[in-house]
Amino acid sequence: MFYREAGQFKTNYADDMAIFPILQDKIGVAVIIAAAFVGVPLLGGSFFINAVMIPFLVFALAAIGLNLLTGYTGLLSLGNAGFMGVGAFACYKLTTVFPQVNIIVWLLVSGFFSAGVGVIFGLPSLRIKGFYLAVTTLAAQFFLQWCFVRIPWLTNHNISGAIEVPTRTLFGIAITGPNAAPEVRYLVVLSVVALLTLVAAHLVHGRVGRMWMAVRDMDIAAELMGIRLLPTKLLAFAVSSFYAGVAGALMVFLYLGSAEPDAFSINLSFLILFMVIIGGLGSLIGSFMGAAFIFILPIVLRYLPQSLGFSVGAATIEHLNYMIIGALIIAFLIVEPHGLARLWQTAKQKLRTWPFPY
Amino acid sequence: MSGTYKTLALTAVLAATTALSAFAPTQARAEDEIYVPLFTYRTGPFSGSGIPIANGMHDYLRLLNERDGGIGGVKLRVEECETGYDAKKGVECYEAVKGKGPVVVNPWSTGTTLSLIPKAGVDKVPVLSMAYGLSASADGQTFPWIFNPPNTYWDGASMILSYIGSQEGGLEKLKGKKIGYIYLDAGFGKEPIPLLESLSKEIGFDLKLYPVPADNIQNQSSQWLSVRRDKPDYMVLFGWGALNPTAVKEAVKINYPMDKFVSIWWPGEDDVRSAGPGAKGFKTLNWHGVGANFPALDDIKKHLVDAGKSKTDKNKVGDVLYNRGVYNSLLIAEGIANAQKITGKKVVTGEDVRRGLEAINITPERLKELGLEGFAEPLKLSCTDHNGHKATFLQEWDGEKWVRATDLVEPLHDRVEPLLKAAAKEYAEKNSGWPKRTEACDAPA
Repeated sequence: MFYREAGQFKTNYADDMAIFPILQDKIGVAVIIAAAFVGVPLLGGSFFINAVMIPFLVFALAAIGLNLLTGYTGLLSLGNAGFMGVGAFACYKLTTVFPQVNIIVWLLVSGFFSAGVGVIFGLPSLRIKGFYLAVTTLAAQFFLQWCFVRIPWLTNHNISGAIEVPTRTLFGIAITGPNAAPEVRYLVVLSVVALLTLVAAHLVHGRVGRMWMAVRDMDIAAELMGIRLLPTKLLAFAVSSFYAGVAGALMVFLYLGSAEPDAFSINLSFLILFMVIIGGLGSLIGSFMGAAFIFILPIVLRYLPQSLGFSVGAATIEHLNYMIIGALIIAFLIVEPHGLARLWQTAKQKLRTWPFPY
Repeated sequence: MSGTYKTLALTAVLAATTALSAFAPTQARAEDEIYVPLFTYRTGPFSGSGIPIANGMHDYLRLLNERDGGIGGVKLRVEECETGYDAKKGVECYEAVKGKGPVVVNPWSTGTTLSLIPKAGVDKVPVLSMAYGLSASADGQTFPWIFNPPNTYWDGASMILSYIGSQEGGLEKLKGKKIGYIYLDAGFGKEPIPLLESLSKEIGFDLKLYPVPADNIQNQSSQWLSVRRDKPDYMVLFGWGALNPTAVKEAVKINYPMDKFVSIWWPGEDDVRSAGPGAKGFKTLNWHGVGANFPALDDIKKHLVDAGKSKTDKNKVGDVLYNRGVYNSLLIAEGIANAQKITGKKVVTGEDVRRGLEAINITPERLKELGLEGFAEPLKLSCTDHNGHKATFLQEWDGEKWVRATDLVEPLHDRVEPLLKAAAKEYAEKNSGWPKRTEACDAPA
């Protein structure tokens, strides 16, 4: 009933191929975007924006990046945190060497550095598949993190080995550094994430996305159909790393404010991989859902007892948190191995036929 | 069928509302309370160090509530936030407590401290990073909101060196010796390296570096294999969490002479005990009393531990890291008490406590008043000096407990100071637009 597309006729191919072919989806997305751009900055508190929404968007972007590689192209990668780090350190170097250039430019440009590194580490993917590829990308993770620790040039010879974010402005308003208002930082992150998500949606709906999916489903068949494997796979690595790099730069510059190399450890790689798996491989909306599940749910669980008036020890909550999240991950994967995105698909189908399922 | 979905939808809505309510800024601060959040880590790989510190910090402040009714008659609201020694979670904790008007925060993580340093002045929340964090923040002129008493890691490294020198009969006698430095390969462990390197060049000792990657602290066999090959005359340890017990165990395993193994102030009893009797002779720096032989700690046992209001084991009261937590809370309490004295207000804010911390003057008499006679050396902070650069002593593990082994060892002030000045200047320069100090000074030194 709610999702019935009866009466919405597609009169040309482009309409049929649109990212949101159904009117209800268009309305829904418009409402969500409006809420994100207007509602959250107006109504959300500083904690909600700073500690929930900004990191959620950053992780969602990183998850989209990994999803393009793992979900759409079928190449398993554990080096995502390393690529995020490349973006962050590149952005730091660029903005300290050329402070006069606007930080937004550097945030996006740093993605290209990450893409370059990603392509290099993507080279083995032509010959290596599956778990073996995961191991070679693991090497990327360790090598890159080693670089962040070992090459003092990357941190401008900072004694503490960390990168610290200087204040940078856009139209005279501080967008990074301590003086940047949470709302401003949020809007910058949201704009970048929305833009890049749109680009990703176009990519996966177009020729490039189909090439990726063909390679994912059966690379020999894809090759026989005339898809050149190496460029396709490398493109997937490049685009994925670009997203990771921008996400990493956003994470340091607009969320944490400073970062030790440890922030880009293997744990972050796993976290993002879990977001992709839980959210749904090969789904952009799944990336957002996965990021919400893995990142926001623990925060909710952490502060829920307190706001309901229970006084539970902080450590006890943390232990409970691990147990609940762990159990939920297992439960979700049993109920729907294809992730939250598939659950959403199923729900949509039910809504479509409701109240007469047959 | 539709019934199930209806309930499902209802539950979803309900869950969503509760979830949202979790983010709503928690109830406004009661007027007659002082809010002191404690960032602690009782979970994760660093919990071995984190738990006793958390207990000590919590218990001392709670004691002030239970025994004295707070500070100056105002109750403290002590709340723990679990960070798991994760910089991201530490920042999240900070965002969570910021709205509730904290008078001071203790990040207990160098990574979190680095993130908070620029925010402190903007949000008007002083950061107390006790003997950790950014060494340069000892400079109160550049970092009016950051406090890191009583020593910096540079002081620590220089004290270890000067102790080693005294064993050999003078710093210059270290010429030709080999000194190994095993450390956590992060900001904390890397900070002393420039100092060690410059001294090594000058005096002529051979410095060997053994970094332990942060994500692999429990596997040090390769580092200790190199130690066995290099045979350094002395080993210096800068570790945290599980790195410490592992290092001590490995040292015992390769039969390294333990009396030549000296650590910065972070290893606790449990870290060393687990290495067995072979760890006897291992030394660490320390600046406060060990053991529960202080009236205030007796009070903690009486008012809190026996009453079941503490998470501490009775026989852990007085452990070195527990007492370190107590010392941390002592500084908080003194900062608050001073703030009340300076402003005449009862319920003080972060801005007041910043002034209170600058006015810290812990004399032997004051310690006696607090029931902590002889607990620590006197400490006096000022607007320019947020650290004190206090001398520390070495304590030795006798197989059962820590025993004070030396008199006070002074840091090499003339070495540390230029480094510190340069680092503070560099920090301000790198972070273009770093604010000049505008905060007035209460107690011109």
